[in-house]
Amino acid sequence: MKGIIGKKLGMTSIFKEDGSNVVCTVVHAGPCVVTQVKTQDTDGYSAVQLGFDDKKEKNVSKAMLGHFSKAGTTPKRKVVEFRDFDLDVNPGDTITADIFEEGQYVDVIGTSKGKGFQGVVKRHGFGGVGMKTHGQHNRLRAPGSIGMSSTPSRVMKGMRMAGRTGGDRVKMLDLRIIKVLPEKNIIYVSGAIPGHKGGYVLIVD
Amino acid sequence: MDIIKELNQEIMESREIPAFRAGDNITVYYKITEGEKTRIQAFKGNVIQRKSTGFTSTVTVRKMSGSVGVERIFPLYSPNIDKIEVNRRGKVRRARLFYLRDLKGKSARIKERRI
Repeated sequence: MKGIIGKKLGMTSIFKEDGSNVVCTVVHAGPCVVTQVKTQDTDGYSAVQLGFDDKKEKNVSKAMLGHFSKAGTTPKRKVVEFRDFDLDVNPGDTITADIFEEGQYVDVIGTSKGKGFQGVVKRHGFGGVGMKTHGQHNRLRAPGSIGMSSTPSRVMKGMRMAGRTGGDRVKMLDLRIIKVLPEKNIIYVSGAIPGHKGGYVLIVD
Repeated sequence: MDIIKELNQEIMESREIPAFRAGDNITVYYKITEGEKTRIQAFKGNVIQRKSTGFTSTVTVRKMSGSVGVERIFPLYSPNIDKIEVNRRGKVRRARLFYLRDLKGKSARIKERRI
């Protein structure tokens, strides 16, 4: 696995050479600093910890400050661990957007936009109940029946109901990389990716 | 958002798009590729809406083909657009002229705007 931490900048579109228009999301990816390398011998599993986006030193706890100074880097806002990293790296190394190339397929992980408390129509895609007219009222977006009668006389576990929606970790699979600008640390990914502008995303392959 | 604007700036500056707005009569010269050959097709009509800003902006052009109305949406910064010509400026009171779809003949005319 290869990966990089990025920041979603927003969406735009690109015209390909044949004139077709591709909608894409622009991600400010990297440069990330390797803050720690975990190995089978020392930690029981192999992983690489990356840090992205600078943070003021006064806002960092002493423990984290020590951790960053060990890797010889400034404090970072976002620190993420990637299991089984393909690239051979050492603490203090920099990973830039050029680890990915144009046309490659990647997965993008982000936190989806929080929607607050939502009903079942928005949250689970229910159809609502029946029609608007024919004597019916106030049931249009209701969930309908949530179970059986005296047997089992309880609601089944995991019954989909209204509740907090969004704000989950979402992984978008197999998005094509449209363009990479290594000198500007910019990656164009086809289609939409989870989260709001300025939100952190992970691009992995 | 500003970074995206900056990234698109270069392409936007390399294109020359004349100033026009809803109600104007324009001709869009659009490149059409048929197999190997590329030819240019002209589409002349009234601008009934300009949508979005910047690099992703589009223009909707409406013309009457006989008695049938034809509308085409062009992405303004598409590489397939060869050039855009403004034929006539129109005097309208709206930015989006969807009411023209319901009108026919004489009532669908747009007055000319004299500058």
